[in-house]
Amino acid sequence: MKMKLKYFSAPYLVWMIVFILVPLLMIGYFALTTDSGSFTLKHVSDVGQYANIFVRSIWLSLIATAICLVVAYPVAFMLSRMEKHRQGTMLMIVMLPMWMNFLLRTYAWMTLLGNNGIINHLLGTIGLGPVKMINTSGAVVLGMVYNYLPFMILPLYSVMVKIDKSMFEAASDLGCSSAETLWRVVIPLSMPGITSGITMVFVPAISTFIISRMLGGGSNLLIGDLIEMQFLGNAYNPHLGAAISLVLMVIILVIMTVMNQFDPDDQVLM
Amino acid sequence: MMKRRIFTLVSVLALSMGLFSGCAFSDDTEEEEGESQSLTVEDRDYYTRFKGDGISINVYNWGEYISTGADEGTLDVNAEFEKLTGIKVNYTNYATNEELYAKLKGGGTSYDVIIPSDYMISKMIKEDLIQPLDMDNIPNYKYIMDNYRGLAYDPDNRYSVPYTWGTVGIIYNAEQIDTPKEEIDWDILWDEKYKDQILMFDNPRDAFAIAELLLGYSLNTEDPDELKAAAEKLKEQKQYVQAYVMDEVFDKMAAGEALLAPYYAGDALTILEDNEDLDFVIPKSGTNLFVDAMCIPSSAKQKEAAEMYINFMCEPDIAYANIDYICYSTPNSAAYEMLDEEVREDPVSYPDSEFIANKTTVFVNLSDEANDQMKELWTEMKSETANKWFVPIFLVVCVGIIAFVLIRRHLKKKKDIF
Repeated sequence: MKMKLKYFSAPYLVWMIVFILVPLLMIGYFALTTDSGSFTLKHVSDVGQYANIFVRSIWLSLIATAICLVVAYPVAFMLSRMEKHRQGTMLMIVMLPMWMNFLLRTYAWMTLLGNNGIINHLLGTIGLGPVKMINTSGAVVLGMVYNYLPFMILPLYSVMVKIDKSMFEAASDLGCSSAETLWRVVIPLSMPGITSGITMVFVPAISTFIISRMLGGGSNLLIGDLIEMQFLGNAYNPHLGAAISLVLMVIILVIMTVMNQFDPDDQVLM
Repeated sequence: MMKRRIFTLVSVLALSMGLFSGCAFSDDTEEEEGESQSLTVEDRDYYTRFKGDGISINVYNWGEYISTGADEGTLDVNAEFEKLTGIKVNYTNYATNEELYAKLKGGGTSYDVIIPSDYMISKMIKEDLIQPLDMDNIPNYKYIMDNYRGLAYDPDNRYSVPYTWGTVGIIYNAEQIDTPKEEIDWDILWDEKYKDQILMFDNPRDAFAIAELLLGYSLNTEDPDELKAAAEKLKEQKQYVQAYVMDEVFDKMAAGEALLAPYYAGDALTILEDNEDLDFVIPKSGTNLFVDAMCIPSSAKQKEAAEMYINFMCEPDIAYANIDYICYSTPNSAAYEMLDEEVREDPVSYPDSEFIANKTTVFVNLSDEANDQMKELWTEMKSETANKWFVPIFLVVCVGIIAFVLIRRHLKKKKDIF
């Protein structure tokens, strides 16, 4: 029986090889070859000139991930402690924004944050001068947090909901204060949720390009913008684009490896 | 250059807000019957040659760049062509010249008619991506005005038939900018008074062109020093620029988010409709003239049918229907004659020919070195970070994280021993 079950995964295996493994190899191939197909390290070393863009992208997405974690953690905990039937409703509310198109949601922030936008309009009526919000890095981080928050809440929730109530009772029986319970019981038990949540927010955030273009005013590029420019923009150069993607993948890999050190079971949650 | 459709999102939203619901000059009451019987073509026999052969051609065009019959009383050009010739048209869209280039370069697809812009045409000629046309099959080429023949990107008229043209100018908020219209020139985009109220092109070629106009260089300069000087000029402008945008110009200008923005004339007219404070001016000191022209890729399978399609697009009635729908300017003399006088004399759509001849430049493709240099300078200009502390802080954070991980592991190991 066990042997037979294996065959059911064959379609996905084929899928994985054709649409994940082969493209990955192609990225590596493109990054390390010239137009005529000979080996070169030029494109990879050219990536160095964009170091500040890399640093900026990593920095902004780290901030966004940290904010997501801080905001999502209590929400997920409360969700997991609710009565079962209310959990469903609340989860739906968390998911609700995701039913809308991603671009539309980001676009909506453009009108909210604009100099003549709705928020500045409201501020104006109570006598506060217009605040410059759009086209700043803050707006980019806000866009990331808004769009990727559900990806943090859901894995946290799904791990926390499995923590038995008796754990808390046991902790308080043994003399833990609520702060100690949080630190010694809840956080260690929810560690897998934290790591996968961070992965699910950080990875899309670091490679986004539409958020930075729409909310960042296009004057401060992120890695995603840079890659997009190489393939569809004016700077058509698939080799450099592939090299940037390659470096980005390595960076993500390193950061994820560091992340996984926090996981008590040493699970690889990539 | 038809760049207004880069984001599907923007267009979807814009459509719902009625942004594109029509253009400035579509209010003529002329009723056109959508039937081929009423359509007058010069040589009906020419078009019916392939009837019944079951031929189909693949046409690859900019989004919203043909009359589709979606508005009442307009022609569905592709349907008319199919009805007349019996050739099936597979019509698909692209959003940028670079997307089109990537598709053709990548191979694996076969298009019969494409409509790239000037500089892209010269690039494609150089790389053998498009093939010479047989002008005997395109008798309607006679309608193309002299001004648009033999332009720098295709000096011998062998590869392309102009479809539309336009100029680049400045959209500005006439309510809040007190400079008289005639005096507005490119340097207003460098005016400190309008700090954070200026939008700028988010593509190097167009942005460099403005700096080059200001510095008095050729728009097709390949001189490394001149390019560097232009990049310096753009860097100087950066502190006044609110955002670098393409399609977002539509919404930002219409909503009054910014006071000044350079943009393409055809699209500017559409924006002007939504906000009556706005006005558009083509600076007297000169500008870039762009031409989108029909070409046939080297990989085309139905060359003769494609030439027939190009010829059809030059038919006066068809050219008029298209230009009336998309609001760009036409190089087709017969279609021009059919336009309302109000449109023909509009200085935005049809500046006087003396200005066109003396003060406008058409882009040609730059050498690879110049292109690379421009791209590098552009990325450098845009990525300059104001905050010097990014790198050090980031490094400290990294070191901190690594130290924390190592200490934690160390403590854990100790625990495991006991």
